[in-house]
Amino acid sequence: MSLQGVTYLIVGLTFALYIGIAVWARAGSTKEFYVAGGSVHPVMNGMATGADWMSAASFISMAGLISNMGYGGALFLMGWTGGYVLLAMLLAPYLRKFGKFTVPQFFGTRYYSKGASTVAVACLLIASTTYIIGQMTGVGVAFSRFLGVSNSTGIYIGMAIVFMYAVFGGMKGITYTQVAQYCVLILAYTVPAVFISLHLTGNPIPQLGLGSDMAGSSVSLLHKLDLIVTDLGFPQYTTTTRLSMLNMFVYTVSLMIGTAGLPHVIVRFFTVPKVKDARSSAGWALVFIALLYTTAPAVAAMAKMNLLRTINPTIMTNSDITAPDAQLRYDERPDWMKRWEVTGLLKFTDKNGDGRIQYYNDKSNDPKFAAAGWKGNELTVNADIMVLANPEIALLPNWVIALVAAGGLAAALSTAAGLLLAISSAISHDLLKEKFMPDLSEKGELLAGKIAMACAIVVAGLLGLHPPGFAAGTVAIAFGLAASSIFPALMMGIFSKTMNKQGAIAGMLAGIGITMFYVFAHKGIFFIKGTEFVNAIGGENFFFGIEPNAFGTIGAIVNFAVAFAVKNMTAPVPHDIADMVEQVRIPRGSKAVDGAH
Amino acid sequence: MVKTTHDGVAYWKATLALIRNVLIVWFVVSYGFGILLAPVLNNIHIGGYPLGFWFAQQGSMYIFVALIFIYAKLMGKIDEKFDVHED
Repeated sequence: MSLQGVTYLIVGLTFALYIGIAVWARAGSTKEFYVAGGSVHPVMNGMATGADWMSAASFISMAGLISNMGYGGALFLMGWTGGYVLLAMLLAPYLRKFGKFTVPQFFGTRYYSKGASTVAVACLLIASTTYIIGQMTGVGVAFSRFLGVSNSTGIYIGMAIVFMYAVFGGMKGITYTQVAQYCVLILAYTVPAVFISLHLTGNPIPQLGLGSDMAGSSVSLLHKLDLIVTDLGFPQYTTTTRLSMLNMFVYTVSLMIGTAGLPHVIVRFFTVPKVKDARSSAGWALVFIALLYTTAPAVAAMAKMNLLRTINPTIMTNSDITAPDAQLRYDERPDWMKRWEVTGLLKFTDKNGDGRIQYYNDKSNDPKFAAAGWKGNELTVNADIMVLANPEIALLPNWVIALVAAGGLAAALSTAAGLLLAISSAISHDLLKEKFMPDLSEKGELLAGKIAMACAIVVAGLLGLHPPGFAAGTVAIAFGLAASSIFPALMMGIFSKTMNKQGAIAGMLAGIGITMFYVFAHKGIFFIKGTEFVNAIGGENFFFGIEPNAFGTIGAIVNFAVAFAVKNMTAPVPHDIADMVEQVRIPRGSKAVDGAH
Repeated sequence: MVKTTHDGVAYWKATLALIRNVLIVWFVVSYGFGILLAPVLNNIHIGGYPLGFWFAQQGSMYIFVALIFIYAKLMGKIDEKFDVHED
C-alpha cells in the first residue's frame, strides 16, 4: 500500500477510536460536561492529563526546536516538567480541597469579589487563546503534510476539525478519549525513536542511545554530533545556551510557573476524588509526560544527525565536506523532501547554481565555505517539521511514518479541545452565568460555551496563519502570560492569609500588563504583524537580553511586588476569608466552600 | 477538622518544611546542575553524556518524577500524624 494509503488508514482508525469513545461516554448535564463527575482514577487522570498537556508544541514542535538549539533546548524539557512539582505541592491539593471547579470561581471566592474572577477570566482567555494560536500552527503543519496541501490550507482544515471535535463531547468524553490519545501519541513518538536509536547506536532505548557510542565505533553520538555541526559552522550542540545563561534561567522559570498557572491543567486536579489523589495524580501525569520528554532530546539529536548526513554524507567521515561532489544533488533528493516542499515548510534555493544543496551556517567566519564557492545556506527547514519528517528522513517503514502523523494529529487535537473547554467554561459559566446573566438556563450555558469555542478557534486560526513563532515558541508565550497573572494570585490565595482582593487584582493586572507590553513590543500588538514597536523603546530583548518568550518570570515578580504593596495600603482581608484559607490547608473536613456544585 | 489551633499551626509548619526541602532538591538539580553549574559539570562524562547536559536534558526530569511521589508519600504521613487525613 502507498504511504498516503497507509496514512489515511491509520489516522482513520485512531479517529474512529476517539469518536467511538466520545459517543459512548457522551456528557449529559453541565456538571459532567466540565469535571466528569469527580470520579476519575489517579492513573487514568494522569494519562489523560498527559495527553491534554502534550500538545502540538510538545509532540510536533519541541524536539525540532531542541534540534536547532542544542543544549539550550533543555529549557523546554525542564520548564515543561518541573512545573508539575510546583503544581503537586503548591496548588493541586489545596484547589481540590477548596471544592470549586474552575479557576475563576476560586478567585471569586478567595478574593471575595466578582471583580477578581472577571480579571482572572480575562487573563485566562488571553493565555489560552495565545496557546491555541501555537496549537493551530502545529495543526497546520500536521494537516498540510497529512493531506499534501499548503500550510495555510492545512490550518483552515484543522480549524474545522478542531471545532467539530471540541464541540462534540465534554470532559467526560474527553477524559477517556484522551487516555486513548495518550496511548496513540506515546507509541507514535517512541516507535521511530527506538528504530533510529537502534540504527545509530545499537541501543534500542533512546534515552540511553543518546549517551552511547555510534554503532561500530568508539566515538559517542553527542561528540560526533558536536564535530559535525562545528564542521558546518554551527556552534557546538552540547554546550550552546539559549542567548545567555540568565535568559535560559528565566525562560525555564517562566515555563515552570506557567505550568502551574494554566487553567486547562489545573482543572484536572478538581476531578480526583480526594486531596491525596490530587497529589499523586500530578506524579502520574508527570510519569506519562516524562516518557515523551526524555525521548525528545534523543529524537532532536538523532534527527539532526540524519538530516545533516542526508544532505552531505561526507560529514560522517573525516573527508572534506566542501568537496565539489560531497553535497546532495537537488534532482536526486529523497522523496520526503519533495513531500515537504509541497507544504512550503521546506525550501531550496540554489544560490550558487551548482545543482547541489549546501546546508550550513552562512554566518560562520570559516573561510572554507567561501573558498569552495558556497554563496549562502540553500535549504530552509522549518523547525516544526522535524518530528513529523524524522521517520521519513531515517527511511523508516511507511506504517511508522503514518503512525507519527496520527500521533501529531492526536496531540494537537486533544490539547486544543482541552483549552477550548477551559475557554468555553470561562465565558459561559464564569462570565455570563455568574456575572451578567444569572438566570441563564443549562442549555443556554452550553450553547454560549460552544459559540465561545467557535470564536476562539477562528481568532486563533487566523493568527496562526502568520504565527508569532514556531509552535513551541508561541506556546511558551502563553505560559509566560499565565505565569505573570494566574500563578502568583493562586499562590498568594493559598499561602497568604492576608492577601486581599485589591492586592490580587492589582497584581494580576500589573503582571499580565507588563508581560503583554514586552511581548507585543516584539511580536506585534495582539500578534498582528507590522505593529511591533520594540525599536522605539530600546531594541530587541532590551531588558537584560531577556527574550519576550521568557518574560513571564519578570511579570510574575512584578505581580507579587504590586500585590503586596497594594495590600498594605488597603483594607485587610475579612475574617471569614482568613478562616477559609485555614480550612483549605487541611485535607479532612467538608469542602471549604459549599454550594459550589 | 483540626482539634486545636496549636495542632493546626504545627501541621502547617511541617507541611511547609517538607515543601521547602523538596524545592531545594528541585532547584539544585535543574537550575543548579542543569544551568548554572552545567559548564563546569560538562567536564565530567557519564557514558557519552557530558554531565551538565545530562542533568539539563535527562536527569532533572527523572528527579522531578521521584520528587512528586516522595512528597506525596511524606505528606500522607504528615496528614496521618496530625490526624487530618481523609477516610
